[in-house]
Amino acid sequence: MSGDVSREPPSSAAKWYELFSRGARDWLRHDAKVRAAVRAHLPEMIAGGELIGDAARTVRVPVKLLEHYRFRLRHNAERQGAGQGQVKPGDVFTDPAQGGLPGGRGPGSEAPGEVQVLLEFRIDDIVEWVWEELQLPNLAPRTGPSDDPDWIRAGWDRRGVRSRLDRRRSFRELVKRRGAAGAAPAFTDEDLRFRQLSRRRRPAVRAVAFFLLDVSGSMSERDRRLAKTFFFWTVQGLRRQYRALETVFVAHTTEAWEFDEAEFFQVSGSGGTVASSGFAKVLEIIHERFDPGRYNVYLFYASDGDNAASDAGAARAALSSLVAAASFCGYVEVAAGVSPRRGSETGRLFAELAAAGGAADSGALGQFEDVWDAIRRFFGPRASAGAPP
Amino acid sequence: MSEPLWQSYVPRLERLARDLGLRFQPVEFEAVPESFMMEIAVYGLPVRMPHWSFGVRYIYQLVQRHMGHSRLFEVVFPGNPGRAYLAAGNGLAENVLVSAHVLGHADFSSNNLLFRRCQAEVSERIVEHAAQHARQIQQAIETHGLERVEAVLDAALALEQHVDVDQPLRRSRYREYADPPKPLPDDAFRRRFAALDPPGAEAGAAARRRAPVPPHPERDLLWFVAQYAPELDSWERDIFLAVREESFYFYPVFATQIMNEGWASYWHARLLREADFIGQQAYLDAIRCHSDVVRPAAADEQIALTLNPYHLGFALWERIVAERGLDAAFAIRAEEDDFAFIRNSLTRDLAEELGLFRYRARDGRVTVLETDLDALHEAILASKYNFGAPTVLAESVHADGALDLRHDHALDGRGLDLDRGRKVLEYVQRVWRRPVRLATVDPDGVPVQLSAP
Repeated sequence: MSGDVSREPPSSAAKWYELFSRGARDWLRHDAKVRAAVRAHLPEMIAGGELIGDAARTVRVPVKLLEHYRFRLRHNAERQGAGQGQVKPGDVFTDPAQGGLPGGRGPGSEAPGEVQVLLEFRIDDIVEWVWEELQLPNLAPRTGPSDDPDWIRAGWDRRGVRSRLDRRRSFRELVKRRGAAGAAPAFTDEDLRFRQLSRRRRPAVRAVAFFLLDVSGSMSERDRRLAKTFFFWTVQGLRRQYRALETVFVAHTTEAWEFDEAEFFQVSGSGGTVASSGFAKVLEIIHERFDPGRYNVYLFYASDGDNAASDAGAARAALSSLVAAASFCGYVEVAAGVSPRRGSETGRLFAELAAAGGAADSGALGQFEDVWDAIRRFFGPRASAGAPP
Repeated sequence: MSEPLWQSYVPRLERLARDLGLRFQPVEFEAVPESFMMEIAVYGLPVRMPHWSFGVRYIYQLVQRHMGHSRLFEVVFPGNPGRAYLAAGNGLAENVLVSAHVLGHADFSSNNLLFRRCQAEVSERIVEHAAQHARQIQQAIETHGLERVEAVLDAALALEQHVDVDQPLRRSRYREYADPPKPLPDDAFRRRFAALDPPGAEAGAAARRRAPVPPHPERDLLWFVAQYAPELDSWERDIFLAVREESFYFYPVFATQIMNEGWASYWHARLLREADFIGQQAYLDAIRCHSDVVRPAAADEQIALTLNPYHLGFALWERIVAERGLDAAFAIRAEEDDFAFIRNSLTRDLAEELGLFRYRARDGRVTVLETDLDALHEAILASKYNFGAPTVLAESVHADGALDLRHDHALDGRGLDLDRGRKVLEYVQRVWRRPVRLATVDPDGVPVQLSAP
């Protein structure tokens, strides 16, 4: 829209009305109001799942223009009016406004059609808003030794590579020498000063998030969408905290596979559920690629809670070592449409570990609104996390 | 830029117009870019108070222009001097036509009684006044913050049409006390009654009684809120009164649209016809442009469910001048507004000649109704009553400050749009700061009361 506002640069003879556009000013104000309104309803909007699944860093939300209300008479199904044309009393024809009569011109209605605008929001902004809205503290990062190379400036030296030559300081040396010795020659090697760097250790700020999804036959399409929504916001929340967040997507039935993000949400499997296969796969990847001493490891697991009875022991063992290695393990039980069940096999497992002091917790997703509860639960203050199911 | 060329025609057109009997205040012409023309169309005034609702209209205007609708040739502001803005993109012929058109408007607004009365109230410098209001509101925004000023403007602009132009612009408050009761007639009955010495007869008569507020249902809601809102700050009152002043300016433009556009179209056609100083080609181009402007909403075999006010007004004035002469036309342009104009001058013959008809539309089916001239007049005028707004009256203010509004649904023929009504009440409530209620009827004709909060 701004294209219409731009004109040639104002010449010396520019008129006052060319200097700025009142219409554009008031439009921007309208825009700000819409954004405020969108922001106020953000949790509901996002809970609806409309924003999810865009790799781009912006989303476009169609919004209706705000209406400045006035008193108006109720709309009548029947209206009367005056028209023009060669007709006789009693003639009946279709309303040209509704496209029945070729060549006819409809009533030049006061409200020219419905205009919708697409407002573009940066996902980062939305995440900021949501996190402000939820007033969540950040997850405490694990501190520990790290090899992260981190160079800081540390003093000057007379020797160094040319690219680190500090001209200002070198010149200052020259001036000092001149001041002491009177008329002095130009730069000598003695004057040159080079910046020095030194290395220091820094606590780990790297993080990896594992998203483990049960894709067995019992998980419906809607279940997976719920899990996806939850994962999406979890990623956003973690990204907010870690500059470099790596993500790993693992799906499992009775076996487990790693996927990339795009494929991950398309995966659908069949057959039974062996949760320990997923846990084992995650452990394997941690050992291969992500040293827990250098990474903050997060695991988020979504499943409908059914696990093969024979797997109970293996699952407990694998999960225990996972909880020991990870900063936090969260489990959401997905049961679309039905009120969340309590006390499933996997849920109990997480509850036991949490009760034993492990950094683990679980929540339930029945519908999109529950995503917020789950996020609040996992990212909220640990003390208020409540009793596990 | 064709500026020097068309401007050289203006003094000659003015001379010709005066020779033909037009009387008008001087007009200052200025060619301005299309973008500014569009803003004038949106705001109604060159500089006007900021409000987001104008932004919405601005976007609609942009969309329409984008779709090739609605091209604006000129906007003229009555006053002394009048100001006319012409689109810089107009061609030479268009500008000659438009200049002549502007002179017609200038004559109309200088002579029409409704215009003159409103101008006497508002002054002849509405353009400067509106700019002053805009500055004043900008200052209020700086002092009190955008949110608070916007809340006041939301309410004031929503009630923009609810003014009473029959009252003075600077209208004083109601009298605080009711008239003392009339002295009772001194007849035999009264004398005998007084002799009975009824208790309290003297005290009741002597006490001054406070008049209720409002003493009668009040339709000037902008004025009423400005004067009687229980806790209105003076800067908020100023905003209400500023909006009201601009409404006083807009009213005659609204209430004489058919006459005024018709008159200007009649005169641009006539001035061009009689202007021997205009070249043949420019004349032909201008006339082509003229026939676009006064094109009936339905040409040839078409049927339209609206009327083009330019066409209707133009046809009426042509008929009046032809049948009753120029002097009668001058008298009508001075004395009437659209209501009188349509009722007095749209005759059965002319309605038939123009192919005007009444219709009833339902579910996309249009039925042509039987010919009835009076009903046709009312169908044309229906949307012009009460500044085009439903009749909403301030009925009473209660002891706790609660305001009761009443919608005259019997007059308007149906109830209000309830959702919108509620929203407007919310706007008003934020400045009235006490409960606000509104009585109207629902779709079944059952009385309902809306309230905020």
